[in-house]
Amino acid sequence: MTKLTKNDKGISVNLISRQKLEELSSNEKLDFILKEVQKGKVLVLEQGLTSMEQTSLIEHTMREIEQDTFIGIEMEGYNEDKPTFLQKFLGKMKKPRMIVIGPADLLKTIRKDNNMIQTKIIPGKRS
Amino acid sequence: MGLFSRGSFSTIIQKIFGKRHARIGIYGPPNVGKTTLANRILRDWTGDIMGSASEIPHETRVAKCKKNVKVENGKSSLLMDIIDTPGIATKVDFKEFMNTYGLSREEAKRRAKEATEGVIESIRWLEDVDGVLLVMDSTQDPFTQVNVTILGNLEARNLPVLVAANKIDMDDSSPATLKSAFPQHPVIPISALTGYNSENLYTTMVKQFGRKRRKKRR
Repeated sequence: MTKLTKNDKGISVNLISRQKLEELSSNEKLDFILKEVQKGKVLVLEQGLTSMEQTSLIEHTMREIEQDTFIGIEMEGYNEDKPTFLQKFLGKMKKPRMIVIGPADLLKTIRKDNNMIQTKIIPGKRS
Repeated sequence: MGLFSRGSFSTIIQKIFGKRHARIGIYGPPNVGKTTLANRILRDWTGDIMGSASEIPHETRVAKCKKNVKVENGKSSLLMDIIDTPGIATKVDFKEFMNTYGLSREEAKRRAKEATEGVIESIRWLEDVDGVLLVMDSTQDPFTQVNVTILGNLEARNLPVLVAANKIDMDDSSPATLKSAFPQHPVIPISALTGYNSENLYTTMVKQFGRKRRKKRR
């Protein structure tokens, strides 16, 4: 695993498109996210994860924790969009909204309200 | 004497309209008072306790179950298996146990390892419960991702949820914030430590968890 230090050139913050995420199955999505986060990347998913996927991500994360190198994830997002009556009638499911996920020792959530998720990246913590 | 005695008639009604026995999981993030609440429930209804509580997070690292706890609400009652689950978290850092709580390195690492296994066990239990008592700390921001994720998961499974807004004995508690945050679920302000409002909690538990409901399996 790549260890980030103060001497590293920076931390990647990757915005992942809805299209890319839609191409992946749930398991592929979780593998992709976890691998990227373990490399020290912060991901912003245009279309987030369902609650069931988030729960699976927590479970997968717990299996991957290595006490000296990977302590888990920081994850913040918004609730799934509630479908309108017409959408329900047409069989459309709830769609997960944007979510930010990163390594817990780098990414810290400062504040979250209905309009903004405020986070901070603390690069020195892995040195 | 009539065709049915009062007891057997109510049993038949309960069989038709509601549950008589439910497996209830006590869920929530670490350090919100899940074990303290489990101990309160057991002490009040069985005279027993579930386990030890501590200010150090992840004190409960293995789920514990107490079977056949009969909680009464006037003439109705519900027999429950109460499961005290380890706290769900997205991260476990052994250094926090060392630096904040003074555990030795070895002890902290062991606790962290067991805590990660505990989180997995808690998530696995979601498959096997009939309802969830979700404990939140009313002195903290309720919109944490763990709270939102657990609630979303329970809603997707169509499991009945009761939110226990714990620690209302603390000066900075705000159960009203919790109530407004989750208007779709019953929120009962309580102090598991002092027992404040536990009667109200038990009444709501019998009502909420005694209902017949089709559970979605995943």
